[in-house]
Parts: sequence; C-alpha cells; structure tokens
Amino acid sequence: MKKTLLAASIATMMLGAAPVMAKTLVYCSEGSPEGFDPSLYTTGTTFDAAGKTIYNRLVEFKTGTTELRPAIAERWEVSDDGMEVTFLLRDDVEFHTTDYFTPSRPLNADDVLYSFRRQMMEDNPYYQHNNGNYEYFTAMSMGELIDEIVKVDDHTVKFVLTRPEAPFLANLAMDFASIHSKEYGDQLLEAGTPERANRQPVGTGPFQLIGYQEDAVIRYAANPDYFRGKQPLDNLVFAITPDAQVRYQKLQAGECHAMPYPNPSDIDEMRQDDTIQVLEEPGLNVAYLAYNTQQEPFDDPQVRKALNMAINKEAIIEAVFQGAGEVAKNPIPPTMWGYNEAIEDDPYDPERAQQMLDDAGIEDLEMSIWAMPVQRPYMPNARRTAELMQADLSRVGVDAEIVTYEWGEYLKRASSVDREGAVILGWTGDNGDPDNFLAVLLGCDGIGGANRAQWCHEPFNELVMEAKTLSDQAERVERYEQAQAIFKEQAPWNTLAHSVVFMPLRQEVTGYTIDPLGGHNFEGVDLK
Amino acid sequence: MIKFIFIKLAQLIPTFIGVTIVAFSFIRLLPGDPILLMAGERGISAERYAVLEAQLGFDRPLIAQYFDFIGNLLQGDLGTSLVTHAPVMSEFMNRFPATLELSLFALLFAVIVGLPAGVLAATRRGTFIDHSVMGVSLTGYSMPIFWWGLLLIMLFSSTLGWTPVSGRISYLYFIEPVTGLLTIDTLLAGNWDAFRSALHYLILPGIVLGTIPMAVIARQTRSSMLEVLGEDYVRTARAKGLSSFRVIMVHALRNALITVVTVIGLQVGVLLAGAILTETIFSWPGIGKWMIDAISRRDYPAVQGGLVLIAFIVMLVNLLVDVAYGVINPRIRH
Repeated sequence: MKKTLLAASIATMMLGAAPVMAKTLVYCSEGSPEGFDPSLYTTGTTFDAAGKTIYNRLVEFKTGTTELRPAIAERWEVSDDGMEVTFLLRDDVEFHTTDYFTPSRPLNADDVLYSFRRQMMEDNPYYQHNNGNYEYFTAMSMGELIDEIVKVDDHTVKFVLTRPEAPFLANLAMDFASIHSKEYGDQLLEAGTPERANRQPVGTGPFQLIGYQEDAVIRYAANPDYFRGKQPLDNLVFAITPDAQVRYQKLQAGECHAMPYPNPSDIDEMRQDDTIQVLEEPGLNVAYLAYNTQQEPFDDPQVRKALNMAINKEAIIEAVFQGAGEVAKNPIPPTMWGYNEAIEDDPYDPERAQQMLDDAGIEDLEMSIWAMPVQRPYMPNARRTAELMQADLSRVGVDAEIVTYEWGEYLKRASSVDREGAVILGWTGDNGDPDNFLAVLLGCDGIGGANRAQWCHEPFNELVMEAKTLSDQAERVERYEQAQAIFKEQAPWNTLAHSVVFMPLRQEVTGYTIDPLGGHNFEGVDLK
Repeated sequence: MIKFIFIKLAQLIPTFIGVTIVAFSFIRLLPGDPILLMAGERGISAERYAVLEAQLGFDRPLIAQYFDFIGNLLQGDLGTSLVTHAPVMSEFMNRFPATLELSLFALLFAVIVGLPAGVLAATRRGTFIDHSVMGVSLTGYSMPIFWWGLLLIMLFSSTLGWTPVSGRISYLYFIEPVTGLLTIDTLLAGNWDAFRSALHYLILPGIVLGTIPMAVIARQTRSSMLEVLGEDYVRTARAKGLSSFRVIMVHALRNALITVVTVIGLQVGVLLAGAILTETIFSWPGIGKWMIDAISRRDYPAVQGGLVLIAFIVMLVNLLVDVAYGVINPRIRH
C-alpha cells in the first residue's frame, strides 16, 4: 500500500474518528449526484451514489447479472393472467438510524405503497412537491401500467396491472423503484421540509449517508442493521473526480481504490501496473447506425442491406474501440437472454454491396452520416466511426457527408420522422430485459422518439408486443429470436458494436463485480 | 468622498443590467435544450415535453422570461437548478468559499513570488537575472492552465508523491463548515492534522491558478520600478548616501506599488476565470467546476444566476479598489 493510504490509516487511529483498523474504500467517482432520491433522476452517477448504496428495492439484480433475486420482497407470485403481482415482504428490514431520523418500526407494506404512490398519485404531497417529475417512472410507463397497489396485510403488497407485462418485475429492480420510509416522509412533511428527503436520505441499504460536501466527497458508513448482514467495509467514500486522467493518477498514487470509466488508451498501461487489476466485461449495450426507413432509398431493405455490407465493422472495432468491443450482429447484446446466436451477420463484401445497389437501381447516392458530438459508453468516437464509414461507402459509389450537432439538438433532430440520412447512436440497457431494447428502440410506438430508424414493421412489432405479455420465459425467448431474424432480414440498422466495460481497481480490492447494467455497487466488497 | 462612492455605485447600475442581459441570453444562445438533454437517448414524448416546458416557464416569450428573472433577482431569488432542484443561491454559496480560498491562496502565491521577482529584475536590468525572470514570467503568462496543471500533477503527485493529486482535504477529516474556508475552519476546530492536510491539498492548485497573476505582477512590478528608479527623488536619495536596499525598498518600491496594487485588484477577474479550469483539473469543489457542469447540462437558472453573482463579486472588488484609490490619491475623486 502506498504512502497515502498508510498515512491515512495512521491518522485515522490517531484521530479516533473511526474504529482502529476501520476498513475504508475510496471510490473515485466521475461526477456529483444530482440528489439522493433516485426516483427523481435518470443518471447512473446518482444511482451509484444513492440507489445502490443507500436503498433497496422489492427485487434486485443479482450482482454482476441481470437475473432477479429477492430483496425487500422475499418472494413473489404472478397471477395466471399476469394481471396481479403479489409480494411477500421480509419482516427484518430496518431503516437507517441517522442524526436526523430514528425509525420507530421496521419496513412494512406502508413504505412500499408510499414509495410508489409518491410517484403516481397526483394528490400525494410528494408528487406535488416535485411537480410529478419522476422521469424514469414516467419513461417506463409505470403510471399507465399500474392500476392500483393494495396493502393485503402488513407484509403483503399486491400490484394490480392494467395489462400483463412480463418486464414489470425487472422494472421494479431499477433504482427509481427504491423503497423509502413513509415514517420519515411524514415527519418531513409535518416539519414543512419535504425537500430534505432529497438531501438527507433514509434507506435500508448496505451503507448510510454520513456527509456530503458538494462536488467533493460523499461519506458513507456501513449500515449495522443491514438485512443481508453488515458489510466487510466499515466506511465507503466517493471522492468526486470528473477527469479520467486525474482519476487514473489518483488510483496510481493510492488515493483511491477504484475508478470508473478509464480512458481506453490507458488500459494497456494499467494492465502493466502490479498495483492495479483491470476487470472487464461486455457491456449491456449496442451501438448502431439507424437509417431513416421512411425515406427513399432507405425504405428499401435491399439498399439498407447493401450499405451494411459495404461497411467494414471489424476495422471500426480495431480503430475506434481499440479492441475494447465486439462486432454486433443483433440489436441486443450477447450477454442478454433471448439473444439469437443462430443469426448470421451480413458479411463485409463491397463487391456484392455494389451489385445489390446496382440491382436496386441506385446510382450516385448521396447521404448524410450523423456523428454524435459526445463520447458514450457504447461509442468512444462517433466522428472517427463516421469517417471510416464514409471511406467504405465511397468505394461503392456512395458519397456520404458527415454531419453533427450539439448533443441535445442531435437527439432531437435524430428523432424526427423527416430526418435525412443515417444516425450513429446507441443504447445501454435499463433492466436486462430484451423488451427494453427491441420494443423501446424498434417498436412502432417509438417512431418520432427512441426509434431512430422510424421503422414500423408489423410482423416484428407483433412478436415483440406479444412477448411482453407472456410470463413463460421460454415462450418469450422464442418470440424474441424470431424478431431478431426479421430484424436482420429487414436491416433498419447497421448493428455496429457492443463495447466492453472496464473497471480498474487496486490489487487489495476483493469481491467487486462489474454490473452489466453499468452501475457501480460496493455491497460485499472488501479490502485485503 | 461619499459623493465619489455614490457616483461609483450609480455607474455600476448600467453595468449590472448589461450583465443580466448577457447572462440571460448567453446560455440561451447556445444550441441545446435542457429538457432533451435530461431525456437522453430515450427521447421524450411531445406531451411530456410540453408539460415540462410549461412547468419551467420555457414556453413563455423570452422577454417575459427575462423580466421574471429580473423580478426574482431583485427579491434575491435566483431560481432553482433544473438538475438538482435546489435553490441556485444556496448551490452557489455552498461552493463559493472553496473558490475564495483557492483564489486567495493563488493571489498570495502570486504576490509573494511575483513582487520580489519584479524588483529583482528591475534592479538587475539587462542582466541574466532580468532576462530569466522575464522569460519565466512570459512562459507562465502563456501557459495553458489545463496542460500546466496536469504537468504538475504528473511530476509532484504521481512521480514524486509530494502532493495529493486532487481534492480539497483528506477524506479522513470531516470539518463542519463555519467560514467554509477549510484552512480557517480546521484551525477553529483545533485540528492541526486537518489544517496541514487542507494546506497540502491547496499547494498545487494554488500554484497553477496563481501562475498567470504571478507573471503579470512580476512584469508590472519591474516596469513600475524601472520608471520610479529613474525619478529625481531616487537619484537624490542615492546621492545622499542611503543604502541601496533602503533606496529600493523604501523610496522606490512604495511608489511603484500604487500601479501594482491596481493590477492585483484586476487579477480577481482573472482568478475567477482561471478557477474554472483549475477546479476541473484538481476536482476542487468550487463555483468554477459547478458552472462548467451547469453549462454542459444547459441548467439555465444555475448558469445565469452564477454569472450574475460572479459579475457582482468582480464589480464589488473593482469598486473597493476604486474607493481605496480615491482614499490614497485624492486627485482621482475629481
């Protein structure tokens, strides 16, 4: 261990601020949380600092996977018609005892009702206080999906749905569905300070908030009453460090034990460093080039396929992803259930592509390729990707012009049905369900919104919509596999890549697993 | 004197109105929509967009939005951040002490190094020392802050391990804010280890931020000193047989300082501008980093409120410099 951490341990002992030999893990996080109420926000930074650390949900994703596991609910039952989901709650879940709140009872059904009603009932004081701005809840259509939530008894809650929806359970494992304390909420309302719920959070999670200095540091202590048992770490610190280069310097200097989002160009050097371990895993994401399928000549699947075959995706993986990615053949990543392994990707074959364009009567085609102005987890450099595509397309006689806009403007214009050209974009999964990719990004309802190909193909849409209503996973897999075959045949996108996610850690960190959904979770993590 | 102050204050009014117009329009002139940025790749339905637009008042004419902003500003309300949902004033005040502490330290460094360097260069005019001081100060003045900061981190933090890479104090210490200046709050708490830590974390960002003002002060001191050293009273002092040290420090420097002090006052604006980059490199939790985040998220209330407050501080400091000048030199008042 380097000097700094050694000095830190000695100073801790001298100060008596924490127990002797207290284990403190420092995580150099990439940004400041917007607040500590995960239902109000949509960014991973806030979910890391609040949702995963301070709170729990009825069900949760098993660490490192997209499989569901019991959490606050120890088990659940789905009715035969899929319209009712009943949760049996654990009776040993305690809320955090903090300087500002001392719970008088363990978690019960009232807290579950409170946590959802504040996001969906217009007459709820917290709904009014936050102007109903529960963006994730709204985006996942939860308000339309939940008809009512019934308290069966103190430890049983029943969700009555407006339609059968298989991904509903996975939605409940997302951070916006974290369970809050009704008792604390009522106390704040009585004191006339509901805004404190977002600054002084009370959850049931593995860590509880000790202090937050804006833009600098967040301190947590292990929750002594955590229902899965006290954490091996005594303290957790988020040292907010926005610059990736500086995060790496801090990791090297031993000022932090873990850092997210390294620069891809630093990975090789990190691997050479004996004090650092680099974990890696395929991300639950996809990068794609979406044609506007409502405009000529891109309304012809043969033209789209020809263009796909003219682009050398292997070269993009090598030059842009620097090996930290793999060629995508399906619109969902290979780590996701329902992935159709049997699909064959369109080969890179410029000659055949040229022939297909000639057959379709396309001559001297001019088109735009839209390159995002920002780096995203699924796309390290859209401009460079567009340049490589431009060069490939010129070989088959297509004159491609690269265009870009400010990020907000890009997203807005890319959604327009009248948009010209093909757009580079991507997606990172919310809940590990194929529906979250196939229906959201390619369903007819997404036209003018997240469906940037403006593609509405009934046979595909019917399969995806039907799969959503089935509770039997094998039946859903069958539908999704068929849908992917149709997708490949119709080619509304050129599926470009699935990127790899890296997580550099100090060697002394044990028990950390990369979250395929992009979160950073320190439950169960220890220091040697 | 009171009339002088009154006139100076009255002159600030049109400047302040100009600042509010610039602050209001600047962020809106940038392409990008805060609602769409919040929605990200997922997009947002037209209905939901309209609801949010109405809630935030963005559906009203720009001129009406401006007058809302001014009306609230006059009541001391800078609005609520679109991102954190917290009042802009409290967001600013929570971070301002960090910027103030860094700027004061940077200024201290600039004066302690820049002033003697300028005097030395002036008294050794044309020598190797003069050329070295001027060369170094020109390099310091031209140094891109971002590159300079990273260079110092690599050398002093990563390679030599002398200073921490970034942050404001070791995570071991949690000091309840009294003044918000950690070097003072740690002393008030009687915690010497924490004080040392706060000072340790201040060194590198302080030097980086203080480099440009240091160069400016050194050059200004040199030229003022050269001017004063050629004056008759300096020649007289030398002729009377006073020691060289006494001539330089008492007779020449005191008079040369008048212009140097003005330059130091003007550095406040430079420091606040430089703080934006320095704070980003060193993860320093001040208003510079906060403003960068607010701009990238198109957080209109935070950007316009932050700009108005920063401009207010710069104007206030300049007013104080003007008034101090008026006190020192009564001719200015007329």
